[in-house]
Amino acid sequence: MATRQGNATILLETKPEIISNAAVVGKKEGEGPLGKYFDEIFFDGTLGLDSWEKAESKFLKTAAEKSIAKANLRASQIQAIFSGDLLNQCTGSAFGIRGLGIPFAGLFSACSTMSLSLLLASMAIETGAFSYTAAATCSHFCSAEKQFRQPLEYGGQRTPTAQWTVTGAGAAILGKRQHESNPYIDAVRIGKIVDYDITDANNMGAAMAPAACDTICGFLKDTGTSPSDYDMILTGDLGSVGSELLCQLTEKEHGINIRSVHRDCGLMIFDLEKQDVHAGGSGCGCSASVLCSYILNSMRKNKFRKILFAATGALMSPVSSLQGESIPGISHAVRIIKD
Amino acid sequence: MSISNKEYDKMTKRASPNSPVLLDCFKAFLVGGAICCFAEGLSQAFKKTTMTQDQSKTLVLTILIAITALLTGLGVFDKIAKHAGAGTMVPITGFANSIVSPAMEFKSEGFVLGTCAQMFHIAGPVIVFGCGSAAVYGFIIYLIQILR
Repeated sequence: MATRQGNATILLETKPEIISNAAVVGKKEGEGPLGKYFDEIFFDGTLGLDSWEKAESKFLKTAAEKSIAKANLRASQIQAIFSGDLLNQCTGSAFGIRGLGIPFAGLFSACSTMSLSLLLASMAIETGAFSYTAAATCSHFCSAEKQFRQPLEYGGQRTPTAQWTVTGAGAAILGKRQHESNPYIDAVRIGKIVDYDITDANNMGAAMAPAACDTICGFLKDTGTSPSDYDMILTGDLGSVGSELLCQLTEKEHGINIRSVHRDCGLMIFDLEKQDVHAGGSGCGCSASVLCSYILNSMRKNKFRKILFAATGALMSPVSSLQGESIPGISHAVRIIKD
Repeated sequence: MSISNKEYDKMTKRASPNSPVLLDCFKAFLVGGAICCFAEGLSQAFKKTTMTQDQSKTLVLTILIAITALLTGLGVFDKIAKHAGAGTMVPITGFANSIVSPAMEFKSEGFVLGTCAQMFHIAGPVIVFGCGSAAVYGFIIYLIQILR
């Protein structure tokens, strides 16, 4: 039975395992430093379809199908899929999953959706009622630009703090702990909404860093662990600005120095200098594709043993930005261990 | 948390790199200047024909709009504008690009409610202010003429 530790950290007694994982990405991501770790790289961003949105759904469907196949399962054996994205009403996920016949829980937690979906998928296994669940998310640079910013061909300039939405999807299949060789989740934390009054939609890293700080430091305190206990404290898409701010905040507010173990998926997926992505990658697909490829595959090879994964999200919309609202940040944490 | 919003704002400003303003201005000057020189060259060439000044002015603008539309459609304009900034945005090229780019982008939502409805979603305010100020100045000139 799961128990609560401190205010919001949940310890999972049955330690649900990650049976398989798969990530598919677009061309630019495939050309990045992690290119060789992805399951498939699509060089045509539309995948031959007639809209970016359809392509985004196809990315998600492909990642889900690949992870199910890698787990040697059929879609009909997955009892629930927890999935979300950035499109209105989560159509990226819903349209991607609709043909698979899997019970679907659509999630929205902006770019932190991968950690929320993993968290819920593992808690579902912990209840004992589910044998297999899936966690997935996706994002697409072109559909995100269209919804949140300007048309693709619009001739504008990006600020140095702007980030590049990752085109990609990641999916993981979770199940009851059976195999020693699989990584497992033993603790999770649902994040609080933290808002430090940042209104610049081109500086998402700064808006999300305080939420990551709250979740990470809260998790470390509740579990009585320190950064040195982890191989990596992995945030989702803080980028260069947000990552620096996170490290400053954890030190100033909690006296915890995470610099030596902190990594950010947004800084790992692209080569910031060569690929002209300014402050780094972002989007649901950023943390999903990095976690479900390089990170989990490296854990399976015993390269990493203990990771605190805390994807970060900015809970704003184009309407709230136009209305002058500040950007609320959120971060959910999942601890992944490999024995 | 003990850090106030104001303190965090200061931390954010320190951590966030600024745009290279001088370099951006220089590139905007070069590209914007080149576009204007090209337009002036066309204008001078048309002067040598039988065209009136009004006709040649209209033709120069039409050519700039056509070139921008073509470059936008080919996916080249945004790559130039990324460096040129105001250099491509301030001349009529920026206006043309702001209409062509959403027209292309929203094609997937249909011809009427996609392309046609969204075509002015960036340029709309420019047209509103352009027409609005033309009406105001026109009215002022009209009043002056009456008072004379």
